[in-house]
Amino acid sequence: MSGQVFWEDVKVGMEIPALVKKPTTQQLVRWAGASGDFYQIHYDKDFALGNNLPGVIVHGALKSAWLGQLLGDWVGLKGFVKKFSCSYRGMDVPGDTLTLKGTVTGKRVEGGERLVELDIWMENGKGEKTTPGQAMVALPSRG
Amino acid sequence: MPQDSIITPEMRSRIGVESAPTVYEIEKEPIRRWADAIGDPNPLYHDEAYAKQQGFTSLVAPPGFIAQYAFPVKVGGPPPRIASPLARNLNGGNEYEFFSPVQAGDVLSVTGKLVDLQERSGRMGTMLIQVVEMTYKNQRGEIVAKARFTGISY
Repeated sequence: MSGQVFWEDVKVGMEIPALVKKPTTQQLVRWAGASGDFYQIHYDKDFALGNNLPGVIVHGALKSAWLGQLLGDWVGLKGFVKKFSCSYRGMDVPGDTLTLKGTVTGKRVEGGERLVELDIWMENGKGEKTTPGQAMVALPSRG
Repeated sequence: MPQDSIITPEMRSRIGVESAPTVYEIEKEPIRRWADAIGDPNPLYHDEAYAKQQGFTSLVAPPGFIAQYAFPVKVGGPPPRIASPLARNLNGGNEYEFFSPVQAGDVLSVTGKLVDLQERSGRMGTMLIQVVEMTYKNQRGEIVAKARFTGISY
């Protein structure tokens, strides 16, 4: 993990370090167990096809967990993830290479906290943004 | 609203009604398993000695853990989501707001309510969209997080 990021070092427009995921169906089963989401569209191919889906698809909540990891990694031990949201606009499938990314859209001081706003998203292997979202984090100051 | 709207007055009456609380303990092994499932090796979520060195009392719950976690088998009451007449379901989106870190050893009390209900026509035909808002309080009665879940059935 890289060193702690400080609020003063953040510039609007900068990209935060990306995170790459290559989920397997086994990982989706592992996620199902860890999250309690046993909806069959995520591991039962026949069921997924019967639901008009292209095949087994990645759980939306798993994508949000990865976005959480993207942010958690960036803010480091002294930062805090205050808010994030995302919409599931496209299906994602195991076997694809999925990349979590973010760019800074704003920074301000409010209520004694040093805040940074970001656009965050996940892209599939073709570079399509399947999961757009936004976030707000608090970062430490260099002092 | 089309004449054969699938949203009934009974469904509408559920908007704003808060569910009975579900209480669950935040535990170390589920945190480790969750972090392992997403592929996050951050030692705050795996190594208790490390987490304590960083000033926490135990393993830290990763962002999103408390909203996406293997809920206890026994819940407080019926979930705030309404049973949709449309059989297929998809997750439309998630939104989380965190107020303070949650750690293993915390006990959370969670309530939820339906906050929005919409009918739409789309690519997949008629869709019912519902938004449920959950509030998470710790053992000291402090709100530690809120979450919104958008569910689409079609």
